[in-house]
Amino acid sequence: MRISVASGKGGTGKTTIAVNLALSIDNAMLIDCDVEGPNSHIFFKEQMVKLKDVSIPAPEFDLDKCTLCGKCADFCQYNAIAIVGEKLLFFEELCHGCGGCKIICPEDAIAEVDHHIGIIEKGGTESITLYHGLLNIGEPFGVPIIRELKGFADESKITIFDSPPGTACPAVEAMRDSDFCILVTEPTPFGLHDLTLTVDVMREIGTPFGVVVNRDGIGDDRVDVYCRNENIQLLAKIPNDLDIARLYSKGVPIVEGLPEYKALFAEMFDKVREVA
Amino acid sequence: MKIAITAKGENLESEVDPRFGRCQFFIIIDPDTMEFEVMENPSAMAMGGAGPQASQAISGMGVEVVITGNVGPNAFQALNAAGIKVMTGASGTIKEVVEKYKSGNLAEAGNPTVGTHAGMGQGGGGGRGMGGGRR
Repeated sequence: MRISVASGKGGTGKTTIAVNLALSIDNAMLIDCDVEGPNSHIFFKEQMVKLKDVSIPAPEFDLDKCTLCGKCADFCQYNAIAIVGEKLLFFEELCHGCGGCKIICPEDAIAEVDHHIGIIEKGGTESITLYHGLLNIGEPFGVPIIRELKGFADESKITIFDSPPGTACPAVEAMRDSDFCILVTEPTPFGLHDLTLTVDVMREIGTPFGVVVNRDGIGDDRVDVYCRNENIQLLAKIPNDLDIARLYSKGVPIVEGLPEYKALFAEMFDKVREVA
Repeated sequence: MKIAITAKGENLESEVDPRFGRCQFFIIIDPDTMEFEVMENPSAMAMGGAGPQASQAISGMGVEVVITGNVGPNAFQALNAAGIKVMTGASGTIKEVVEKYKSGNLAEAGNPTVGTHAGMGQGGGGGRGMGGGRR
């Protein structure tokens, strides 16, 4: 079973929910898909260990064979190739590594070389394996790492995916093919606004989902009203508790420092299992 | 000789579009005769790489100078490779800009004047969770 934890707004508590959920149920594993800033590992004492490199294919042009016909530039959906005047220009940071230019080139002038974009690391405890990815600084596109990370999901386990924030490609890649998606928000105008964007994405990709309100008590009840009107299940509310913040600041999971919260996460999981 | 000016509309009274890669139209004009043609910018709504794509489109039109508000690094590199001069900081109507060009009151850009994605409509959003080192 695959459960993703997502949020349109950053800093609502995706990692908090993902880590504590994993620690509150049996047979869980964690995959942190926020390759631009993974932080699930902060809650585990164990060091992360490098598992593998991730590369995407990048084109290399043989300018002796190239006739400047422009077919590769026309084909590229990301405009990473341009033919201007008598020159071929390649913008590496725009390339998504799809390999299409090599296939389309009638002169066989394009070779593929590996372009290193990041690594995958493994860690976690004996009972909960954690995988995460690290996108190289300056690389704009983390989706290939997220795709590889998802391959480490063990189908005999309950895999919890900590999604990157937002509703763009990396977040969608992390959320798609989940059996259920937990949307974390906070009861503020920003939290509600970005929740509505994420709900639109969920309905588009057709994944069942429910909402967790984190830091309940800091704002108003507009998230509740929205969920009621939209017929969205509220899975749990986590209070704005100073003790939770203190634990967080020390890198201690809530359910380790305040074991009474285990019941809240176990109940959240029961609600998810009923639907997924 | 032909110059291309980024424009919000399709005639000489139109305002200059300050963006290069994502401008609405290019007005391609001969400043001596004031004869012009209008080209819709194929990359106004591109997912990415608007600068290189717009540069490629312009380079196929035989223009020697591009006049716009700002130009980003990818477009600047592409226009340079095409041997097209880039003049930035233009504003007002197309007619006014041509006059300024003729009187030598426009400066050639030696560098990109904005970063990538400056001409995109929507800003990015979202802070993220707390950072933190490894223990």
